[in-house]
Amino acid sequence: MSLSIKEVEHIARLARLELDGSEKEQFTMQLNEILDYVEKLNQLDTSAIEPTAHVIPVHNIFRKDELKPSMDPEEVLANAPDRIGNYFKVPKLLED
Amino acid sequence: MELYQKTAHELQQLIAAKEVKAVEVAESVLERARQAEPKIHAFVTLAEEEAYQAARRVDEAVSKGVKLPPLAGIPVAIKDNISTAGLRTTCASKILENYIPPYDATVIAEIRNQMMVLVGKTNMDEFAMGSSTENSGLFTTRNPWDIEAVPGGSSGGSAAAVCADETILALGSDTGGSIRQPAGYCGIVGLKPTYGRVSRYGLVAYASSLDQIGPLTKDVTDCALLLQAIAKYDPKDSTSVNQPAPDYLQEMKKGAKGLRIGLAKEYLGEGISLPVKDAVQNGVKVFKDLGAEIVEVSLPHTEYALAAYYIIAPAEASSNLARYDGVRYGHRTSQKVSDAVELFMKTRQEGFGAEVKRRIMTGTYVLSSGYYDAYYLKAQKVRTLIRNDFDNAFKSCDLILTPTTPSVAFKIGSKTKDPLEMYLEDIFTVTCNLAGLPGISISGGFDNGMPIGLQMLGPLFKEEILLRAAYGFEQATDFHKKRPEI
Amino acid sequence: MPLNDYEIVIGLEVHAELKTDSKIFCGCTTEFGGEPNSHVCPVCLGLPGVLPVLNEKAMDYTITAGLALNCEISPYSKFDRKQYFYPDLPKAYQISQYNDFLLCKSGWIEVASGNGELKKVRINRVHLEEDAGKTVHSGTGILDSDYGQQDYNRCGVPLIEIVGEPDLRSAQEAKEYLEKLRTLLLYTGISDCKMEEGSLRCDANISLRPKGAKEFGILAEIKNLNSFKAVQSALEYEAERQAELYDKGEKMFKQTRAWDENKGVTVLMRSKEGASDYRYFPEPDLVPMVIDDERLQRLRNTIPELPDSRKRRYMEIWGLPEYDANLISGSRELADYFEAAVKEYGEAKAVSNWVMVELMRLLNQEKIEITAVKITPAALAKMLKLIDAGTISGKIAKTVFEEMFMTGKDPEAIVQEKGLVQISDSGELAAIAKKVIDANPQSAADYLGGKAQALGFLVGQMMKETKGRANPAMVNELLRKELEQRK
Ligand SMILES: [Zn+2]
Repeated sequence: MSLSIKEVEHIARLARLELDGSEKEQFTMQLNEILDYVEKLNQLDTSAIEPTAHVIPVHNIFRKDELKPSMDPEEVLANAPDRIGNYFKVPKLLED
Repeated sequence: MELYQKTAHELQQLIAAKEVKAVEVAESVLERARQAEPKIHAFVTLAEEEAYQAARRVDEAVSKGVKLPPLAGIPVAIKDNISTAGLRTTCASKILENYIPPYDATVIAEIRNQMMVLVGKTNMDEFAMGSSTENSGLFTTRNPWDIEAVPGGSSGGSAAAVCADETILALGSDTGGSIRQPAGYCGIVGLKPTYGRVSRYGLVAYASSLDQIGPLTKDVTDCALLLQAIAKYDPKDSTSVNQPAPDYLQEMKKGAKGLRIGLAKEYLGEGISLPVKDAVQNGVKVFKDLGAEIVEVSLPHTEYALAAYYIIAPAEASSNLARYDGVRYGHRTSQKVSDAVELFMKTRQEGFGAEVKRRIMTGTYVLSSGYYDAYYLKAQKVRTLIRNDFDNAFKSCDLILTPTTPSVAFKIGSKTKDPLEMYLEDIFTVTCNLAGLPGISISGGFDNGMPIGLQMLGPLFKEEILLRAAYGFEQATDFHKKRPEI
Repeated sequence: MPLNDYEIVIGLEVHAELKTDSKIFCGCTTEFGGEPNSHVCPVCLGLPGVLPVLNEKAMDYTITAGLALNCEISPYSKFDRKQYFYPDLPKAYQISQYNDFLLCKSGWIEVASGNGELKKVRINRVHLEEDAGKTVHSGTGILDSDYGQQDYNRCGVPLIEIVGEPDLRSAQEAKEYLEKLRTLLLYTGISDCKMEEGSLRCDANISLRPKGAKEFGILAEIKNLNSFKAVQSALEYEAERQAELYDKGEKMFKQTRAWDENKGVTVLMRSKEGASDYRYFPEPDLVPMVIDDERLQRLRNTIPELPDSRKRRYMEIWGLPEYDANLISGSRELADYFEAAVKEYGEAKAVSNWVMVELMRLLNQEKIEITAVKITPAALAKMLKLIDAGTISGKIAKTVFEEMFMTGKDPEAIVQEKGLVQISDSGELAAIAKKVIDANPQSAADYLGGKAQALGFLVGQMMKETKGRANPAMVNELLRKELEQRK
């Protein structure tokens, strides 16, 4: 399996990463190397194996439906790169 | 001997006996840091003011005769991916260069409660992705044993700071070896606890199912003390496990006698440098002399671990790092953009370094439509096989002894061209994260003046067994006493 | 061909916010509104390093909804991350549930179809997820805005998604389905279901196919349906639109459209050719949910008797007309009120008459919810007993009822206070009859001259004289007797 530049562009778009021309070429090459390397997993027959999502088998961890104080809006917005009033300000979103 | 050269357990006695003030300890360590930093570059942020304030509170408490927590007044450095309220937490990334968290990670709350003195935030590979700190978006940390060499990574700043006596204790995080590998390269002690042993709340996520916070210290006793301080169930972390921690100091002192130590051929084969092999052999001899039993075990799926890791970790990372979009905090592009999508794309292009982008790309690809089963699900199944290997091995031994890395610290710049070559650095350390096990690295010898790390892996929630073996080894050797000239 | 020759195929995706106090993964309030970004903490803001912990009640409410919608409840369930970039989504993923191990699946509800019969509409799944924040656009709307303003108060409010199968065959049916769903959710008490506050939201998938065809047509998803009326109108419009396109032989494509309420049309938002790639994977920060029988039983016990069953009982056992049974069972609070009053009074018909006519009138007039009504079911029963005992007339009872509605006072007290006791003493009434006839000789003469309707006037005068307290059953008789004597 080999990844094309076009596919790399598609992935970059999915990941919302702008790549310049040389990055695209470099990543295409490096991603292919990495994918070649992980290919070795296919030597293993795992058809009868359950996947491990959590190493420690715990379940039903809950919190009670209780209110905790929220932050002051000033604190919420303290790191905001841009704001308008107590809102975070962002450029409009065109559908893509 | 200067105060900064001492261990936590030595200083704790002095402070309790009122022979030394916490402020004096802070002063000594901070002065040492000021002196060493131009060479070592371990810290992203030094928190001198806060450190003095915390130290003064300890001294007040001492003068009032208040009973102090065990590590009160001891300086501790924190890897810069652990959230500290009011103190910049950058993950060594341009994208968070000016981010000041409004909240403390659970381990930081513990550190403050237990009156330790937070001296600063340490450098790392950006978002903990790397094995050398060369991927830091800010600067590269130097190995105190040879400033031309890397300190290891990703917790390289924490390891170098402990090694260079710029702090007494440090916390790091370990996703594929990021505590143990730099501990090995710097000749100190680094422990990755069992997944779920220490709260991850406030640890900026790299790979959520693998990440774990742990101590980096000058010796095993300090390691036991710091682990004790942070090994607590946390209701804020759903994956934290409610299992009381034993008295690690007490357990540790039982030593290595009677332990069955496993040697796995899969960790001792080709690719390992001769001095590292010799160090393992020497370790075996030390343990035998201490009354431990050596047994052979097999972990047949070891060779697949790295491949599984380099699917699972990037996949989770691609998701965890998606939130850095320039809207709520962190870097935002100053280029003109026509809409939000362009804002996201340019912000992320400017804010992330090459390795982070590479892993985001890999992770996005393996999770993308049509590839999930072939990659992520497959890797999770291999993860099961690796867990099974360890389950089997621990039927016949109490812990497994391996090298931490195939060779000693490499020179800065020598492995940056080929990402895959850098990934191979993690070959002995990733299994532990995939299986959720605890692992420790201790100083086990030297190669041309550079430290060699010995790694020990134990069963789930059996950190005390690792501490026992490590303490026994340390008592019988004096590698850990050697410190570099700076 | 006319729209009648097409079969309309509709499936609804409904989102309902759960009525928990705190958010799904943190302790912030779920309260609607509030100053922008005032119901926000590190967790729901998705700050670096935070972790979610599941609100148990949100899970329980989801299961309760599943039970009320006749779903199978999975014994084992988990969360997944649904990944997409959007300014209102702080983590750039939504914690949701993908296809496997959903909390609830394979349910159904019964909906009135056009021909008066009940129809089973299948529900594919009910799953639990977190809500996103809100974008306030500058300008008048998304199209002419220069920038968006993000408010994350709503972010992390627990949300269930109810995905219906494409079993609906008309816009009317779709509306009935949505109303039924709302009734059921309100009955279980897990959601406010306020479409105007967005706590109930609906997207509709609609396609057409020639009658008899097996294959589904190409579907359009319609968003921005903010009321029941909008659902119906938008689907009616869209069915016409699609039929026209088919008739013209135009090529259809999968698309998302938005309902423009003002213009009464659906407009194209985007083509769905390049469908989103959400890169789902299991949420590593949350552990699985295991649902045992004990929990299921406990939650089953929280569900009251549901409207269909109540309606049937009202009609079959209590003999209510279908319209009344339907209306009363349509609201849990009203039905509970009704049943409590019946229990006190012992008979249903009179209670339902008073509920359907006087109570409904006053509720509408005063714009009051049944939950806030001041008349207790016991007081209503007591008032009915006063009528039965002849203490008050049915007419006076209306006055008493109004007073009870406004003040919440006991009916007996009102009757005493205002002197409203019915006059049934024949001596007293006969005297009044005499007085009325004396005062109205012309009417008396008319009556005696054969104009029977003149009696009605005299009855009215007598009621006026007694302020309505005269026992109506006795008044005619007494007047007639008195008039006959004067012949
Ligand atoms: Zn919150």
